[in-house]
Amino acid sequence: MDLTKASFKEVSDSVKQKKISAVEVAQFFLDRIEKLNPKLNAYIAINQAALKEAKVLDDKIKKNEEVGPLAGVAFGIKDLLCTKGLRTTAGSKILNNFVPPYDATAVARLKNSGATILGKLNLDEFAMGSSNETSYFGKCHNPWNTDYVPGGSSGGSAAAQAARLAMGTIGTDTGGSIRQPASFCGVVGIKPTYGRVSRYGIVAYASSLDQAGPITSSVVDAALTLESICGFDEKDSTTSTKKTPQFSKNLTANIKGMKIGLVKEYQNDETHPDVLKTYTYAIEELQKAGAEIIEVSIPLVEFAVPMYYLIAASEASSNLARYDGVRYGHRAEFKDLSSIQLEDFYSQSRGEGFGKEVKRRIMLGTYCLSTGYYDAYYNKACQVRRLLREQYINIFKKCDALLSPVTISPAFKIGERSGDPLKMYLNDIFTTATNLAGLPGMSVPFGMSSLGLPIGVQLTGAHYEEQKILNIACALEMASTAKGSLPNVF
Amino acid sequence: MSSDHRGYEAVIGIEVHVQLKTKSKIFCADPTNFDAADNENTSPVSVGMPGTLPVLNKMAIEYSIKAGLALGCQIRNRSVFARKNYFYPDLPKGYQISQYDKPICENGEVTIIVNKIPRKISITRAHMEEDAGKSTHHGDYTLLNYNRAGIPLLEIVSGPDMHTPQEAAEYGRSIRQIVRYLDVCDGNLEEGSLRCDCNVSVRKKGESKLGTKVELKNLNSFRFIEKAVEYEIDRQIDEIENGKKIIQETRLYDADKNRTFSMRTKEDAQDYRYFPDPDLLPIVIDENVIEEIRKSLPELPIKKAQRFQSEMGLSEYDAALLTEEKEVADYFEIVSQKSGNAKLAANWVSSELMRELNNHKVSIHNSPIKPAGLAELIKLIDSGKISGKIAKTVFGDMWVTEKSADQIINEKGLVQVTDTVLIEKIIDEILTTNASQVAEYRSGKIKVFGFFVGAAMKATKGQASPELVNQILKNKLDSFSG
Repeated sequence: MDLTKASFKEVSDSVKQKKISAVEVAQFFLDRIEKLNPKLNAYIAINQAALKEAKVLDDKIKKNEEVGPLAGVAFGIKDLLCTKGLRTTAGSKILNNFVPPYDATAVARLKNSGATILGKLNLDEFAMGSSNETSYFGKCHNPWNTDYVPGGSSGGSAAAQAARLAMGTIGTDTGGSIRQPASFCGVVGIKPTYGRVSRYGIVAYASSLDQAGPITSSVVDAALTLESICGFDEKDSTTSTKKTPQFSKNLTANIKGMKIGLVKEYQNDETHPDVLKTYTYAIEELQKAGAEIIEVSIPLVEFAVPMYYLIAASEASSNLARYDGVRYGHRAEFKDLSSIQLEDFYSQSRGEGFGKEVKRRIMLGTYCLSTGYYDAYYNKACQVRRLLREQYINIFKKCDALLSPVTISPAFKIGERSGDPLKMYLNDIFTTATNLAGLPGMSVPFGMSSLGLPIGVQLTGAHYEEQKILNIACALEMASTAKGSLPNVF
Repeated sequence: MSSDHRGYEAVIGIEVHVQLKTKSKIFCADPTNFDAADNENTSPVSVGMPGTLPVLNKMAIEYSIKAGLALGCQIRNRSVFARKNYFYPDLPKGYQISQYDKPICENGEVTIIVNKIPRKISITRAHMEEDAGKSTHHGDYTLLNYNRAGIPLLEIVSGPDMHTPQEAAEYGRSIRQIVRYLDVCDGNLEEGSLRCDCNVSVRKKGESKLGTKVELKNLNSFRFIEKAVEYEIDRQIDEIENGKKIIQETRLYDADKNRTFSMRTKEDAQDYRYFPDPDLLPIVIDENVIEEIRKSLPELPIKKAQRFQSEMGLSEYDAALLTEEKEVADYFEIVSQKSGNAKLAANWVSSELMRELNNHKVSIHNSPIKPAGLAELIKLIDSGKISGKIAKTVFGDMWVTEKSADQIINEKGLVQVTDTVLIEKIIDEILTTNASQVAEYRSGKIKVFGFFVGAAMKATKGQASPELVNQILKNKLDSFSG
């Protein structure tokens, strides 16, 4: 069995039938990580207990005990999700030494389904970035061309997935952080409806936008992973009580008669010709598959980026206040702790612990929430956000899903945009509206740039209609000429 | 002290922080007991570890609604938690989850009685929030205990309706009494389960504009509230009379020196950057739920005191005393009902019983004398079977032995002697053997009457009915004087 190509189902069936052991699967990927990770810096921590945990699963199988649908499937986890006993940093110096005494619910559910956790994946610090360049643990490289960024903030997850340093990975998406790197690295990434996946144990960036989801090599693997991690969690009041559908069983490439909308406002002159080419090709293939393409208008998406940065930064400024060096995490060294002022204790610990981009967003958010600015910025953004959500809900009365590019360009070079935050923020023009409206969205690899970098297309569905976009993605996957191709830099 | 301070009028508003006595914290399952070891009642959620989320304790809502209704408030059908952002080491998340523009309770009032005059004090709002941890400063280091972090609080905010230190203290007492009646807070000022902050300002009498207010903190008894407010009013008037301006600030009360001193001024005041907490859904409360809770409310102290006066004929003083604590009022009502003598019941509960409870530091709930037992004792007095004096002895025995009054009386033979023939016989003997004293009496030295009474009581071991002894003696001595 070629573990770089096998589906989750094939592997877990084989593990259950003892054709291959979970230990062997884990060992295969640990070896691969050891060999290839130095070039990519996708993993920033390895789970030293991975083989031991895999062995426990194998023993269960030997005793004919019930094991879950992801038995033996080896996962890498974005280092934003807490893992019990395994250092969790959020890519920040401030959590350099933090070992959580609990698992994030999504991680606990993966484990319950039989998955093995290989290690923790690189990311932009506190998930703030679109290039994985803001990580305290160093940049992560795009496996298709290591001079290029893998995207962000789940850059490590997408890079590891593309290089098959895991069978599957988990990312998080606040404004595009699953979909954009998935597109840059040529893998499948889905951000479920807000409320589908518990946020418990996921280091919060912007609470009303954050959502975890799988990054995988195929649509069916993503569907199967979703079944495991979705569902109500009593530890997160914002999770939905809706039952999780059997996404993988219901998966079909038959999309005949489906109506797919193209958002008029997303047309612009900035979009890279290779991206447009891929997008146009996707439209043609969907039509061939029997879908009806219509043009729709969602006027407020034009304000999605400013709305996103106002709301995300505001929430972040509050969410990151807990990193103060008092109870855990980085604390500045003081020669004489008794003679320093409390304010200095905070400003030095936080000053040393946070990187530039994080500080920028804390400042921005603090400003937005301040007396005298709250109404003009944060509150206004929230009001417009509600209207945007309504516009989307109305649009989904007319169509089943929306198709758009994921980003305006393929992956860019490392360092190319890091000096220009505004240009960096424009990466998010097609992705942030989805989070603001709480909708499910995904990226499916569908083309290649002239420089040999992958390009994906984005699908957005109505609330809780993941199945529809998964099915459309399935149809695209079947039509894709890029299907199955792996980066050959190694 | 009157409300007239050298031609100035004081204006006082009070914020009371009430710790709701739920078993677990407001946003996680940590226990809330006060006697836990340092940092024992903590968890990843209450110390604000990364990725942890709050989940609302439904009991805290129920208790808040209860308190809100008892304070005459309107209960919002939809209220919202907001984050109050500030840095302090005992605040684990760097923000306190509180309520801002949509508090659960609004627009209520309570009646307080000062110098026998009832006054209505408006309640602007009451909102839910989480308590912070506790910092203790030890010279060059500080210790943090997060047991208290996340204990549910209801912050009750009054209007600026009080004008004297007495009113301020009485308002505090009334709030404490109400939340204790509702059994939503134990009202222990020393342990901090009820904390009062007073906002004090002064203005010239007749002036309608409010003066600059000063917030007083660290007031851990009602007596201190009275003294601190008193001091602060005088201090502010002095400042103004000396041509100075009042600075908006927070001052702490030093009970030892009986003065207030500045903790921080308005310039240091923080911008709390309130915004709705995205981790919590709005609290939606159905009207039916509010009505259910309203129906379950106990009779409140002021109503109860009025009823004790009108239905049972108690004095205003007794009624107030007996309704101070709900448990005492409940105890008294049973004694009164079972004994059929409300006045005697009131006397016995408020004097003998309360004294013993205080002496032994026992709560009325754990009293060795149960209400039915005391009622039985009162019936014995009422029927003349024992004198009030003997009853006190019996009461003392009941406290120690937990036996019934009847049993004690029978065992000790304490039944009052009301047999006239027997008493006459004893008195005749006394008069015969003390002829000289009889002669003295008859010659006009009526003081010796007491001697005969004492002798008669001694002869009956104190069990003779004192009324009968008096009556018979008088008849016999006076009849010979003819």
